[in-house]
Amino acid sequence: MLFRNDYKNIATLAANIRILALQAIYSVGSGHVGGSLSIADTLAVLYGKTLDVDFNNPKHKKRSQLVVSKGHCGPAVYAALALSDFFPAQNLVTMNRPLTTLPSHCDRLKTPGIDMTTGSLGQGASAACGIALSHKIKKNFGVKTYLILGDGECNEGQVWEAAQFAVKHDLHNLITFVDWNKKQLDGYTDEISGPCNFEEKFKAFGYNAVTIDGHDIHEIHDAITMAQQEMEKPTAIILDTIKGKGFKKAEEEPNNHSMPITEEDLKEAVKQIQIDLNEKLQF
Amino acid sequence: MDLFDKLPDYAKAFRDVLTDTLDRMFKENEKLLYLDADLVGAIKTGELFKKYPDRTFNCGIAEANMIGTAAGLAANDFIPFTHTFGCFATRRVFDQVFLSVGYADCPVKMIGSDPGVCAEMNGGTHMPFEDMALMRAVPTMAVLEPSDATSLEALLEQMANSGGPAYIRVPRKRKYYLYKHKWDITMGKANVLLEGKDVTLIASGIMVEQALIAAANLGKEGISAQVIDMHTIKPIDEEAVLSACEKTGAIVTCENHNIIGGLFSAVCDVVCRTYPVPVEPVGVLDQFGEVGPIDYLQTRFGLTAKDIEVKAKFAISRK
Repeated sequence: MLFRNDYKNIATLAANIRILALQAIYSVGSGHVGGSLSIADTLAVLYGKTLDVDFNNPKHKKRSQLVVSKGHCGPAVYAALALSDFFPAQNLVTMNRPLTTLPSHCDRLKTPGIDMTTGSLGQGASAACGIALSHKIKKNFGVKTYLILGDGECNEGQVWEAAQFAVKHDLHNLITFVDWNKKQLDGYTDEISGPCNFEEKFKAFGYNAVTIDGHDIHEIHDAITMAQQEMEKPTAIILDTIKGKGFKKAEEEPNNHSMPITEEDLKEAVKQIQIDLNEKLQF
Repeated sequence: MDLFDKLPDYAKAFRDVLTDTLDRMFKENEKLLYLDADLVGAIKTGELFKKYPDRTFNCGIAEANMIGTAAGLAANDFIPFTHTFGCFATRRVFDQVFLSVGYADCPVKMIGSDPGVCAEMNGGTHMPFEDMALMRAVPTMAVLEPSDATSLEALLEQMANSGGPAYIRVPRKRKYYLYKHKWDITMGKANVLLEGKDVTLIASGIMVEQALIAAANLGKEGISAQVIDMHTIKPIDEEAVLSACEKTGAIVTCENHNIIGGLFSAVCDVVCRTYPVPVEPVGVLDQFGEVGPIDYLQTRFGLTAKDIEVKAKFAISRK
């Protein structure tokens, strides 16, 4: 369980990640709204509590590393990094502009705090295996590697190649999140690639797996704590989420993978996100 | 430069030289790792697995994950070597190589075995005539093809320390020794094996041996052929190509690869820009491979000394 103060900070961070990600997308007109909003709460727990981030020394050798394999959710990750002081928040409006350090998909060479370049789906899963394995070889006990996959991304065979490898090579230091927001670019994941019970699938591969409410900060935190104590198997945390979560119009828009954000949308979204946060903080 | 004129007593197959070299390098540098995709028995690196169980990984028949995992290891300062057959090392994992290795600057050192006709009895499905073309198209990627056991050893050492990603194509069973000393081989620097004035034969890999035979035969007919071992196809030694153009005014490229995208293309890129002279290709004429012993395949695809001699005369006639 989180202490009240931690909860307050993380909930506030999640709200700010959503607002800054939408501001960044608004500044270029449109972008990956749906998946950026669905993963915001998990990013808030990771950056607000879990990761030993040090913006003064983002590459310190024994840090826990995060691979955001669904690299198109760059806007939310950049918002989390800005809010963790890796770079000024005003940089976010340079996203996708020429010479920016914040390209649409995560790039470890361009953005301070990004541990792996991603964008071609599935590839981050293997890179995360390599990173987790590197800590195992170096005997960096206690250092975890975190991986965020999209549910649509799990169409890719490479995700399952990596899952086999993680189990075979005892990567219990690898903690995988699946952002199960039910949709991919062309529609519902169930309809495009067939129904998939991610928890059962990862268990069948030999993972320790659990499905939680991906918008419940307590549940996310508890699942991570459980995974950190796992000493045998890699862990998969299936995040039951809503694509576009936090901004009604985005949640209701069928094609919310990538969508435009107008000035009016942004104002409305900020209002909704703040109301939602205030409600959370009342309890 | 001292060259062998026959096989030394200690001659070993390329795959044994490869394992011995990796073994020695593993002792000297603990950052080195080795990943394979269920072809340990084929390349005979089993000894490495026995000696270094914590630094060797059989990834199973999952090449894409092997390359991605190696990229993650390289991101955290290791120097991972990967191995599978040349076809799977390149075309099966092109996107992984392009993005996770190249674009993300995670320098993986990739070994692709049995290039071109060396795939012999594994046939057309396993016969990469396109691997160099694919790897040349990845920015920052070095593309290497040793002609003999000594240059294999030297290039493995140098690619490990190059700081960038690299691909090396290596026949498994070939036994051929040309260079007496590995200090004669420098990545990116071509070797002039034979001086000549009428035509330059620029060859790589198994075709270096054929080029030397062709040069000897041409010599008997009064044609003076220069022979260059272009063991580094990328970055290509532009100076060596330019000087061959200036000195001999005609070039024949000799490669165990499609003439599209390989050595012929790489040499022509330089010749067109710097000093246009006739260039004739000996190589696979945009065809798929097929099954058979290597002698048959070299004849079938026009990769013999005889083919080089014909093209050399034609190139000279075009001056």
